[in-house]
Amino acid sequence: MSLGAAILLTAAVTYLLRVLPITVFRRQIRSRWVRSFLAYTPYAVLTAMTIPAVFLATSTWVSAAVGFALAVVLALRGRSLITVALVAAAGVWVTEFVLAAA
Amino acid sequence: MPTLEVPSTFRMGARLSIPVALGYFVISFAFGLYWAQGGLPPVASAVVSATNLSSSGQFAGLNVFLAGGAAVELALTTVLVNLRYVLMSFSLGQRLDPSIGTLRRLAIGYGITDEIYALAMTRPVVRFRFFLGLTVLPVLGWTGGTLAGALVGDVLPASVQSAAGILLYAMFIAIVLPPSRSSTAVQAVIATAAAAGVLLAVVAPGLAPGWRIIVAAVAASAVGATFFPAERP
Repeated sequence: MSLGAAILLTAAVTYLLRVLPITVFRRQIRSRWVRSFLAYTPYAVLTAMTIPAVFLATSTWVSAAVGFALAVVLALRGRSLITVALVAAAGVWVTEFVLAAA
Repeated sequence: MPTLEVPSTFRMGARLSIPVALGYFVISFAFGLYWAQGGLPPVASAVVSATNLSSSGQFAGLNVFLAGGAAVELALTTVLVNLRYVLMSFSLGQRLDPSIGTLRRLAIGYGITDEIYALAMTRPVVRFRFFLGLTVLPVLGWTGGTLAGALVGDVLPASVQSAAGILLYAMFIAIVLPPSRSSTAVQAVIATAAAAGVLLAVVAPGLAPGWRIIVAAVAASAVGATFFPAERP
């Protein structure tokens, strides 16, 4: 698949998801199961995207594990998106610096 | 009673959206860095962001594309990762000024992101110009940040590129975990998705990452919907 075709495909799919409910299907979703399923997908998707891929996201799994642990602790403490991301990245950088020096 | 009317002009929308636009710049910068690591042309990253306007959707899509995934896998991954927009669009639809015609609805649909949706829902009746005001700056921030990241990503030292590799994952963690503190249902969904993701990686290493995400996420959402049906959306 070419890059152009991939961009067109993802843009079209994303747009249809957003636009169909306010243009074509202008009703409420009746099924409680379907509503619940849709409400839970963001958590399910983001988790499935993160685990186990996060452990392969840096040059070694050790630094990724340190970044992951920092992100989990800070996120559970309710720190902002940017803080969590930057501290995790800093943790990765420091870990790799130490590993390289050792 | 006009005195009780909350301002819903284009200007008001644009002003409210400034923090979102700045946040988008930072997040999309991380996406741009990731894009650069894939060795794709920087300008194309701006086209992706301007047309998709979806952080996790673009990230998942990029991973599937770089892994050489087929069109079906790419389309299904995008549907699933962005499925939440269906729910948002349905609920926004209940608030839209009924006099808004189909053409304008087609324009509104483009701008439904998690944050713009949240801002729009602060109004009991959402007017067209207000929604347009909410959309413009975040789109610019999102597209500009992506391009900046993709351009800078090429010249960063390897150690910084490696550290940047964790940025988007850390953001996902920061989105998913805080709501889990007060919700057993969200905890169950997260635990199921994580367990399924690891299990699939172990028992079916040949399965493309996009399919693994699809299977794990559908399973976890189904577990949540079956055992913890939501009271109200």
